[in-house]
Formats: sequence, structure tokens, C-alpha cells
Amino acid sequence: MVDIVTHAPRATLTAASKANRKPLVSATSESRPWRYLLLAISFAFLGVFLVLPLVLVFMEAFRKGVEPFLETITEPDTVSAIRLTLTVAVIAVPLNLVFGIAAAWAIAKYEFKGKAFLTTLIDLPFSVSPVISGLVYVLLFGSSSLLGPFLKSYGIEVLFAVPGIVLATIFVTFPFVARELIPLMQEQGTGDEEAAISLGASGWQAFWYVTLPNIRWGLLYGVLLCNARAFGEFGAVSVVSGHIRGQTNTMPLHVEILYNEYNAVGAFAVASLLAGLALVTLVLKTLLEIRYGDELAGSRGH
Amino acid sequence: MSLAPATAGWTWRKPSVIPGFGLTLGFTLVYLTLIILIPLSALIWRSAALGWSDFFAIATSGRTLNALKISFGTAFAAAAVNVVFGTVVAWVLVRYKFPGRRVVDALVDLPFALPTAVAGIALTTLYAPKGWLGAPLAWLGVKVAYTPLGIVIALIFVGLPFVVRTVQPVMEEIDREVEEAAATLGANRFQTIAQVLLPGLAPAIITGFALAFARGVGEYGSVIFIAGNLPNVSEIAPLLIIIRLEEYDYPAATAIAAIMLVISFAMLLVINLLQSWSRRRYG
Repeated sequence: MVDIVTHAPRATLTAASKANRKPLVSATSESRPWRYLLLAISFAFLGVFLVLPLVLVFMEAFRKGVEPFLETITEPDTVSAIRLTLTVAVIAVPLNLVFGIAAAWAIAKYEFKGKAFLTTLIDLPFSVSPVISGLVYVLLFGSSSLLGPFLKSYGIEVLFAVPGIVLATIFVTFPFVARELIPLMQEQGTGDEEAAISLGASGWQAFWYVTLPNIRWGLLYGVLLCNARAFGEFGAVSVVSGHIRGQTNTMPLHVEILYNEYNAVGAFAVASLLAGLALVTLVLKTLLEIRYGDELAGSRGH
Repeated sequence: MSLAPATAGWTWRKPSVIPGFGLTLGFTLVYLTLIILIPLSALIWRSAALGWSDFFAIATSGRTLNALKISFGTAFAAAAVNVVFGTVVAWVLVRYKFPGRRVVDALVDLPFALPTAVAGIALTTLYAPKGWLGAPLAWLGVKVAYTPLGIVIALIFVGLPFVVRTVQPVMEEIDREVEEAAATLGANRFQTIAQVLLPGLAPAIITGFALAFARGVGEYGSVIFIAGNLPNVSEIAPLLIIIRLEEYDYPAATAIAAIMLVISFAMLLVINLLQSWSRRRYG
């Protein structure tokens, strides 16, 4: 059952050599007991830390049957939370998508000074706590700031309203698309675009017919990750939302409210929707990696 | 790669036939400035406006210090656990063939995809005194939920993929000949791993540790449910920021956030230096 990944080409193993093959003892692998031990440790660790919580979400959601589950997710407050979360994602993801393409184009297609510094700045939101990502907008638009009262006098509410939630979500999902595209486009170089332009294509045509087909799977991959985070962001949104039920409550915030009201079944019902989305994301991501692995440069690890 | 002749003297960018430099760089800079730089400088400006003595008073208050200690301490412990188990998981995924390897590989990314609040309530229910794991642990006399240990558990969940996904690609690149050479020179498997393979993996492992640690320090959603949130005992720094905000104590919230940012950046810098040192040392 447990085999070592050998680099010997499989075709060289004829039927005869397969039949009288001795148990594989290789100098570059662990002995069989060690292999089983390491596998057992990995399975136990991943089982306890990843599988159990995931299974528990769905078990708890349907613990009292389908009826309470449906009741929770069709309740007006839940429906409005789902609608708000969708709205926020629909605004935040395309904006970061356009930014990602622009940033990757500027960084990958040209040589200019300060490029490394710019790349570092783009990654900045990953090293900032989500709570701080929300806090900076409170400081910028709060009642004690310069901007907040000014905008309010024109009837524009940013904090404890939808614009604040959108801004906080954009902040935390900022680097996702750019990070996927920059290494990919750097690897692809500028040759294709230069050829297109020397053949008379305009800049837009070169982008649309040459670059975009080259990067589409990497782009989809980045959008997938960006979207998952946009749906699930909790800390940053929690700070700027004001937690007004039916108005500024996103799905993750609704999970918190239901949970704190000791409505475990309700909380896990909404949580199971988010977990379902996470599973779909993982499946799509894995399919992309299997099918278009070589077109997703540097895509592993975040 | 340019077709145009190089202009004399200092230029800040190499000429290129591809159009759109001004448009894309301009948009990138404007968007970056509006979304990231202006809001972050608001934080810096507001904490600078506090004045040194006020800032110092907030920073050294017992509750702030304890919250920072808890945040950094639990994040360190969780990252250390993840380094050990994450490296084992990466090794198993790279070197062994077993049924369902693809599924296990995909599952490692679950903490990236699962919203933190969902992870938080799931882990809390799991480790609560009557939960699937909490009950047997309680029988053994170990209390996890609503203690600092619970925070560590949540941060292990959140940080795991950072270690695996940083170490895994480097392991895939290892040249088998190095191990064969070690074996022919008489090293046993343990010596090969400890003295030949691990030093080469060290930069990746340190990076994975740093990423998991940085994420853990700032983590909020998965922690607050399981932590119990007792001031000075299991209250993390991001939560204290939120508590101060809800009290309309903006200076305190700003000061704690500024301290967290500075320490995080300083640690990342130290770890970057460590990494480049280790790269020089082991190639």
C-alpha cells in the first residue's frame, strides 16, 4: 500500500521483474516501520486539526434535522447577511482583479527602479492583523477624524455602513490576484507582446489576444482565493461593521451573533454554507492545479 | 530586451516597446495609495500625535503587556508545533505514495479557504468540556477550551498550511544524488536527514515558521471563540484593540495597534536576516 516515489521510469519494470521483485529497501528512503509511523503521525495530525472541525460543522448544522437548518438560512436576517456578503464580494473582487492585472503588467513587463519596494508594499496587507486593517479605516473615517464628519455632512456614511465593509474587505484581499499574476507574467517575459506589437497590434489588442489567454488560469486561481477570503473575512469587517442585524451583518458576523445567542444549530447552519463554499474553492483550486499546473507559476503557498 | 537605443545618463526605467507603462503603474500607485498607504499612515499619524508619555503609559500598562505577551507567546508555540508536524506532513506528501494523496494535499489548504469564524466555533465545540475531543481531554484533566491552550490550538489550525506550502516545494527540488552520496559514504538514514537534508531545508522551514507566526500574532476570528477572553490570562492583543475601540478609547487602540505593527515588522526583518544568513551558510 505504501510505496516510495522512485525516480526509476516505470516503463522499465517488465512483468517478469515485477513478479520477482524483492521488498524495496532503498538507501534514500526510510525503513518500512518509519514510513508507516510518519504516515500515521501525519494522518492523526491532519485528522484532528482539519478533518474533525470540518465534519463537526456539517454534523452540528443538521443535528436537529433539515428543518431547523432550512429555517435558519431562510430567516430574513440570514438572507440579508448572505445578500450583503455577496454584494461586498461582487465589488471587492473585481476591483482587486483590475488592480492585480495592472500591477502585474507594470511590474512584469517593464524594468524600473523601485520595483522590489513596490512588490513589498503590495504584500503589506498580509502582514497586518485583520483587526488593524479595520482599525485604520475607523481612524480615517471615524467621528474624531477629519474625513468622517466632512463626508457625513454630505450624507455619506462610510463607517458602520456598507462602504466601510467593502473598503476593509478590499484591504485584506488586496494582494491575492497580484501575487498570483506577478510571478506568472515575469516568467512568461515580454517576447509574446513584443512580437504582437511588431506585427501591428495595439497595446489593448496585445493584452486582449496575447497576454490574457496566457494568464487566464493563473487569473482564475487568484480570483478564487481572493473570493474565498472576501466571503470569509471576519476581523477587519467586524471592526467597521457596527453589527447592525439585517443591515451591516455579513455571513461570518451572523455566525458570531447566532453563536453568542447560544443558537448553535443556527450558527452552524450559516457556518456550513461558508464551509461548503470553502470546499468548492478547494476542489476548483485542486482541479486547476492538476489540469493547468504548468500555467500557474509559483502558485503554491501563501 | 529593448529595441530602442538606450538613452544616455540616468534613467529610472528601461525603454520598452510595450505600451501601457504609465497607465498600469499610475493605476497601481493610486489604488495602492488610497487603499493601503493612506489608511496605514492614518494609524502612524494618530499614534505619533499621542505624544511619548501617553504612548508609554498605554504600552506599559499591565493589561496591554499581558495581551501582547499572550498573542506573541501563543503564536510562537503554535508556529513551533506547526514546524514539526508541518514538515512531517510535507515530507509524507512529497515522498510517499498512498491512496488519497491528492485529497490530503488539497485538504492542507483548508485553513486558507475556511472562514476564521467558522473554524473558531468548530474548534470551540470540538474542545468544549462536552465536545468530541474536549470530553476525553477533560477526563485526562486537560482543559483546552477557554484557556491559553485553546488559543494555541486555533493558531495551529490557522498556521499549518503556511509551513507545509513553504517547505513542500523545496523538498520536491531535493536532488536524490545528495542522499545517495551520503548513503554511500556510510551515513545511516537518520544522519542523512539530520545532517544533509535538514540544513538545506532550514531556510524554507524558517520562512514557514515566520509566516505562521506572523499570521498567528494578528489572528482574531478563530481565536476569540475558544480563548475565553479573560483579561491578563487569555485576552489576545487584537481583541484588546477591539475592546478599547468599543470603549471609544481610540488612543489606546491606536497605540496597541502601532506596537503590534512595529514588533511584527521587526520580527519579520530579523527572520529575513536569519534566512539570508542560513542561505549563505548552507547555499
